[in-house]
Amino acid sequence: MSRLDVRKTYKLYIGGAFPRSESGRSYEVVSASGEFLANAAMGSRKDVRDAVVAARGALAKWSGATAYNRGQVLYRVAEVLEGRRAQFVEEVAASEGLSVRAAGAVVDAAVDRLVWYAGWTDKIAQVLGNLNPVAGPFFNVSAPEPTGVVGVLAPQGSSLLGLVSVVAPVIASGNTAVVVSSAARPLPAVTFSEVLATSDVPGGVVNIVTAQTAEVATWLAAHRDVNAIDLTGVAGAEGVDWAALEAEAAGNLKRVYRPTLADGAPVEPDWNADPGLGRIRAFVETKTVWHPKGL
Amino acid sequence: MPKFEYAPAPESRAIVTIEKSYGLFIDGVFTRPKATFPTVNPADETVLAEVSQAGPKDVDKAVAAARRAYEGVWGRMSGAERGKYLFRIARILQERAREFAVLETLDNGKPIKETRDVDVPVAAAHFFYHAGWADKLEYAGLSASGADVPRPHGVVGQVIPWNFPLLMLAWKIAPALATGNTVVLKPAETTPLSALLFAEVCQQAELPAGVVNIITGDGRTGQALVEHPDVDKIAFTGSTDVGKAIARSIAGTSKKATLELGGKAANIVFDDAPLDQAVEGIVNGIFFNQGQVCCAGSRLLVQENVHDQVVAKLKRRLGTLRVGDPMDKNSDLGAINSQAQLDRITSLVEAGVAQGAERWSPECTLPTKGYWFPPTVLTGVSQTHRVATEEIFGPVLSVLTFRTPQEAVAKANNSAYGLSAGVWTEKGSRILWMADQLKAGVVWANTFNRFDPTSPFGGYKESGYGREGGRHGLEAYVTTAPSTLTGAAR
Repeated sequence: MSRLDVRKTYKLYIGGAFPRSESGRSYEVVSASGEFLANAAMGSRKDVRDAVVAARGALAKWSGATAYNRGQVLYRVAEVLEGRRAQFVEEVAASEGLSVRAAGAVVDAAVDRLVWYAGWTDKIAQVLGNLNPVAGPFFNVSAPEPTGVVGVLAPQGSSLLGLVSVVAPVIASGNTAVVVSSAARPLPAVTFSEVLATSDVPGGVVNIVTAQTAEVATWLAAHRDVNAIDLTGVAGAEGVDWAALEAEAAGNLKRVYRPTLADGAPVEPDWNADPGLGRIRAFVETKTVWHPKGL
Repeated sequence: MPKFEYAPAPESRAIVTIEKSYGLFIDGVFTRPKATFPTVNPADETVLAEVSQAGPKDVDKAVAAARRAYEGVWGRMSGAERGKYLFRIARILQERAREFAVLETLDNGKPIKETRDVDVPVAAAHFFYHAGWADKLEYAGLSASGADVPRPHGVVGQVIPWNFPLLMLAWKIAPALATGNTVVLKPAETTPLSALLFAEVCQQAELPAGVVNIITGDGRTGQALVEHPDVDKIAFTGSTDVGKAIARSIAGTSKKATLELGGKAANIVFDDAPLDQAVEGIVNGIFFNQGQVCCAGSRLLVQENVHDQVVAKLKRRLGTLRVGDPMDKNSDLGAINSQAQLDRITSLVEAGVAQGAERWSPECTLPTKGYWFPPTVLTGVSQTHRVATEEIFGPVLSVLTFRTPQEAVAKANNSAYGLSAGVWTEKGSRILWMADQLKAGVVWANTFNRFDPTSPFGGYKESGYGREGGRHGLEAYVTTAPSTLTGAAR
């Protein structure tokens, strides 16, 4: 007799724990070919708010950690992701309708992207900061600091590589994140949260809410304790008006990372392209410190 | 303490010629004045000149002129040539510095010693600094790889406030032109004259027509400029409310914006600070430019055990400040810029007193005409008082206390704003720890209110986004997207 398999319950990831949605709701996740894959928790407005509280709580420790430490943690995420390669290949293949070979390449690229950002943590201040030669007897230095709590609408299409490509640059500089996963392809995001939970990423640094983007995005964009929002995931999201989200974000002058546009409409970026510094730059604040020089 | 008597030492107005009325500066020429409104000297309420209210059609014309200049001339010019125009402008500003200083003082109400020693020379320095960047942008670290040369956005709409009219113009126009953009700038309705004189400087420098356009008017003109569909980027300095409205109005478009908005800076004095120096810094922090400074040190956080001592020293020092004729070279404080601003300061201070703060001002005789407010200290202020949370934008210092560095940080950061902060202590490690903790774009340690073209300026949180000045300030004016110009230079 064959063994009855033990199926995974896909839950939210908030504050380092794996709760169900407070709303008690879940939704069916199907593969690219339409077959039932799993039930995912359907995150609500209140789940998003809980995630913001967790992210705010984690900010002081994560932004205060040394850049070397953040780099090691990000590298550890890459290691653990690599270790669960087979599981991700299976989930990405099912979610995105890719061959095992193509899904393998996606997972490899995701690991490599994490390694790339792991190496950035202790270079950001050197590349984006500098001494300023002011015309007077003053020491004057400008350096980037994390913006704070960043809301991230993860891409709808690229369920793992896209997710990693939007989350890593946010946390590399010391921000904490509230991530709304791809609505239709949430399973790799949930498994990624298990990777985060076992990689020395402190609880609350990354929070992942599986949800219908249109339902929760407005609350995230309007939340007064969120400092910035990445709208990448509006591309291909059902019923989402990114202009309205950007307008909501103006309520507390959130920094807005706009979606990639083609002919005026949001499209998903090419995740295999060189990521550049744009996403790191978007979520840091330059602080300039002056001090007199003298005897 | 003796109060020294000073003989009047007024600066001469003869150096500046103010026209009776001004048109708009569009496409290199002044239009005929129309729909004019007066701009007054806030020190005595006399009308200085009539300026034109630019309507939507005027905004169209100015934006179209800027577009033509961008596509036809400026966007194609080599960086080296653009830079030479900026050097020219810097030199003319230096040569005509006294004229600008006098005009600025007349129109704004700030003391001549400030316009002469700060506003005008720093404005010239901004042009000089950015002139050098024009042909060196590929060295500024703004693009991901060497292949992506940073490129201008195109037409930039700029709206500036009345507190530093010429200096804010320089902060806006110099980086925009250095990076190859063209400009439509709207000065504040109460302080348009130095911008109109700057238009003359553009003519004198033989800057190609349309590269800089100056349109005067009130908030309606600014709104029309911000919402104009052919403007690629907005640069705004002003109130947080207007900043939010601008952020909303460009939502869902491809327009970029930088916003330099309000502030409520904490100036934190520890018990080991050199208190006499700290008092000078407190005075400079809140009474420079009558406190009409977005980064003013308007919240004094003083360690509890030296509170009485610091307040006593501060009151003694304020007793020596000279408030009066802005044209007098000995005046430390001039006039408030407008009746509206005076009303706002008055009502907020009254609210502070009603909420329990104790109000103190030195004895000083204010002129009977014009808009005047004495230097004022509010003690016994608590964190929830309006005078501790709202930007007053006037010569009013709110005094609060703290016991530990952690409490100072918590109180300093307890604000929707995050533009600047000050720290006074002799302990180096504490300065650096505090600087790390403070959520502010500029931290002045054992100094305050220092500005330099090489030093990026701008805020955290609701103080806006983007930086002005320094290498970082260039970022707002360039894109690494492909050029929209066919056959563009560079």
